[in-house]
Formats: sequence, structure tokens, C-alpha cells
Amino acid sequence: MQRKTELRFKPAKPLLKWPNDMTIQRLFIANRGEIAVRIIHAAKSLGITTIQAYSEGDADMLAVKLADESVCIGPAKATESYLNVTGMVAAAIEKSADAVHPGYGFLSESPEFARAIEQAGLKFIGPSADTIERMGDKVAARQAAEAAGVPVVPGSKGRIEDVNEAVAVAAQVGYPVMVKAAAGGGGKGIRIADNEEELRTLAPQAQQEAAAAFGDGGLYVERSVKSPRHIEVQIVGDGKKAVHFYERECSLQRRRQKVWEEAGADCLDDETRENLCMAAVALAEAVNYRGAGTLEYLYEESTKEFFFIEMNTRIQVEHPVTEMITGFDLVQEMIRVCGGEELSVSQDQVKKSGHAIEVRLNAEDPFMQFMPWPGKVESLKIPEGEGIRFDHLMYEGYQIPPFYDSLIGKLIVHGKDRADAISKMAAALDGLEINGLKTTVPLHKALAKDPTVATGDFHTQWLEPWLEAGNLSPENT
Amino acid sequence: MAQVLSPLPGTFYVKPSPEADQFKSSGDAVAVGDTIGLIEVMKTFIEIKSEVAGTFTAYAAEDGTPVQAGEALAEVAE
Repeated sequence: MQRKTELRFKPAKPLLKWPNDMTIQRLFIANRGEIAVRIIHAAKSLGITTIQAYSEGDADMLAVKLADESVCIGPAKATESYLNVTGMVAAAIEKSADAVHPGYGFLSESPEFARAIEQAGLKFIGPSADTIERMGDKVAARQAAEAAGVPVVPGSKGRIEDVNEAVAVAAQVGYPVMVKAAAGGGGKGIRIADNEEELRTLAPQAQQEAAAAFGDGGLYVERSVKSPRHIEVQIVGDGKKAVHFYERECSLQRRRQKVWEEAGADCLDDETRENLCMAAVALAEAVNYRGAGTLEYLYEESTKEFFFIEMNTRIQVEHPVTEMITGFDLVQEMIRVCGGEELSVSQDQVKKSGHAIEVRLNAEDPFMQFMPWPGKVESLKIPEGEGIRFDHLMYEGYQIPPFYDSLIGKLIVHGKDRADAISKMAAALDGLEINGLKTTVPLHKALAKDPTVATGDFHTQWLEPWLEAGNLSPENT
Repeated sequence: MAQVLSPLPGTFYVKPSPEADQFKSSGDAVAVGDTIGLIEVMKTFIEIKSEVAGTFTAYAAEDGTPVQAGEALAEVAE
């Protein structure tokens, strides 16, 4: 009886707020460039003090100027600064940070870094080191996807060590097949074979390349998807529950780098979209995912089949298009859940409206084989207006350092539908002026005018032949 | 004496890969268009070619160090 009385005084729901010592007050940003700027904005909106890490080559970057505090973490060379786990962790501890945001690239998907942060008693704004490790291994990720009921490209059950095994798998899934390194990414060790003879030649090459690049010669073999589109789903999890924020279409790529990204993917029907998104949630919940993540799929339009390829366990460059159509701040949400809070939103509260497009602006000359152009920003005019957003790392007088990648900004527009978004993008590109640099703006102007881009009838193998055919010229931009 | 200048800011390398030999050593013959080094700029490697013919004297910048646009990378005796 006594017991029952006690229960009656318990709150109906357990208290959701963690005690004060679990919330983040000092966030260390272990990255640079435009994403560091983006993280600072999100953290400031949450009332968190920001501490920016920078290399000797980055002392005057915008993020250093915007952050509350900053700390030099080593020489310009990334391996001695932004990629140096020991140095980065030591700097975060020295600055009394209670959490570390890794951004994208650099150490964002390093289990070693996440583990070192965890062991130092700081919060890592991302999933656990174990989850990063598991999803970072293609074979382990694929097994996790299959276990959660997410379709995968038909292929080998696990890693393959020799050519005869590869030939046996290929006979089952059908040619053409793709041979890839079990470890690593970035296109290293990937070969496509149209028949057994080719496979017997190419598999040993792939194995050698994988061993050289990753110190692991393990392979896997899978069906090669025809004219694949790259479709991905944004998720955020709190370690128990996960929600999706719909899909993105990122098929316009050059050298496996995304160039132009959209939310949503108009090529999908509602049923396929629902299946794609809910499969992503199922996988995220199956691995108790915490933080922001993206599930990447190949989509074969002719068969309406989609196949999981990999999960990126971090925020992505193109996250703003998702924010534009859903109205949620994904960077704030990932900081909250990794600070120990529950998701602030349930699936039925995530609504989307209209269509968004992002273009990546690189300091490269598109008329000279995309030669890097690390110049000085002489003047900068940024387009403004409803549904226009510009995430970037520039200010007038800023010298773009030559040591890091060429992304200098992202222009994002939100329209009522895809056609409206494309015309808004064309207008926004006309209103953007970056003097002193060569940039990829002319490429995007040409794409915004292109009839095939207007119909949306493209795939991951479309842009490179389009460029090789001479569709980009000073006259059409 | 002619200098080979860097067209871009970046990191200068005198070898095609860490294990390889230097592109040129003192006394080597240099033809127009010979690669004398690499500049790594924004994760891209650009070959630096000599615009003069002659005999290689020495590198003016150290392997693996940052250089500015217009900085001397090597000297060639014409």
C-alpha cells in the first residue's frame, strides 16, 4: 500500500532534462572554413561559448574572428594540425572545453579521435567511437543495414580475399559488378568488370590498391547499378530514437565530389520516398545512433530500386538544403542530443515545404580544368532576399590559404517548387560577386540554364561527359 | 642563371612521392618542359615545368615547405 502512495507522487513522465553538469557550456571546434563558421552560429544561438581551433595557416580565418576564444593547434600542414588527434585533444583540454564538434572531413569520422575525446571526459558531437568504427567499415555497415531490413546492393556476404571467391559472387549477382576495398573510400580500389575475364584481371589490381591505400587488401563485390542517382536521407538520433528530415538528391558530381545538391528528390514517388526514409530511421535506431547522420543510397530509376551504400556519421556539407525545406536547425539539434538531451522533435512534426538547391562554390577556375585558385577576396557582394542563404568563409581582404580544400562557400535557395528554386538560383548567382578569385560560379550559372538540369533527368555519370562535351563556355554563363 | 618561379602559393615538393628520387640534381641537364617539382595547392598537385634549357644548379626552396606565388623554386644555368 505504502508503495502505491509513493508512485502516485511520481511525475507522470520522468524528467527529461539532464542535471546541469551534463549540458554543454564550452564547445571546441575541431575544424576550419565555412563549417566552423556554421557551428559557431549554431552554438551561439544555444548560448554556448565557442573555442575555435586553428592552424598557423589559418590565423586570420573568419571562424577565428567570430569565435569567443581560439587556440593555435600547429603548423599549416593538416597532418600536423587538423588531423593531429593528440594535439587536438590536448588543446580542447587546455581550453577547458566540455564538448568537441568535429565538423565534416578531417577527424570527424575518426574513431580514434572520438574515443580520445570520450576518454578525456568530453562530449563528442557525433555518435560513439564504436558506431563510427562500425559504420566506417563498409562490410560491417552493410551487415548492419541488412539486419535492419535496409536494401543493399546484391553482393558478397562479407569480405573477399581472393579472385575465385569474387568470380563466384559475380556469377550469383550478375554482371557488371563493382569491386571495392573493404576499408576506406574516396574511390580508391574501385573497379567495374563487365565479365569474368575482366574481373580476373581487375580484382588483383583492386586488392593491391586497397592494400597500398589502407593497409588492408580485403575486397567486396557487388552488382553495378545502372545510371544510378545518388539519393541520401538526413537523420538525427538521440541514442534511442531517431527521426528523418527527408531526402536529398546529389547526383550532379564531378570526380565523385558533389557539385549541386537538392532537397527533395523529385524523381521519387511518395511510396518510395517513405520506404527510403523509414529504412534510414530503422538503421539509425538499430545502431542506437546519436547525432546527425546521413544514409547514402544508389537509386535505379528504371526499377525504382534503392540500395544502401554507406552511412556518414557526421554533419554534411549539403545539410542546409534540408534545413531550408524543413525549417529545422540540424547543427543545433546535433549539439543538443550529443549534450544528452532527447530529440526535440518527433517524426510527425517534421514537415517539408517547397524545394531547395545548394551549389558549392570552390576557388577553382572552371575554364582551366578546375585549377585551384587561392587568391585574395578583393570585394564581396552577397545576394539577399527571402529564401536565399549563403554559408561561407570569406570577408573582404581575406587571402584564401592554399593548404586546404577549395570550398569557399555554398549558395542555397528555397523555392515553392523545383522550377522556382532553379530560377531563384539563377537570379541569386547573378547577384553574387566575388572579386579577386576564380570560382565555380560560371559552372553553376551554366547548369541553372541547362535544359537537362531543368527536367531533372540526370544521374551520377551525367556531369563529367557534359563538361567533356564542351557545354561549359564563357558564352553560356 | 635563370630561376624557376612558383606560379601559385602552396607546398613545394622536389620529389614525385616521398620514396622517389628528386626530379633534378645538381649538374643534371634541363630541357624546356622538364618537371622540376610539384606544388600542392588545395589538395591538388601541379607539376612545375622549366621554361628554360640548361644545367640544373640547385633547389631554392626546401622540400615540403610552403611557398608564395612568385617565389624562386630552383635555379638553372643557361
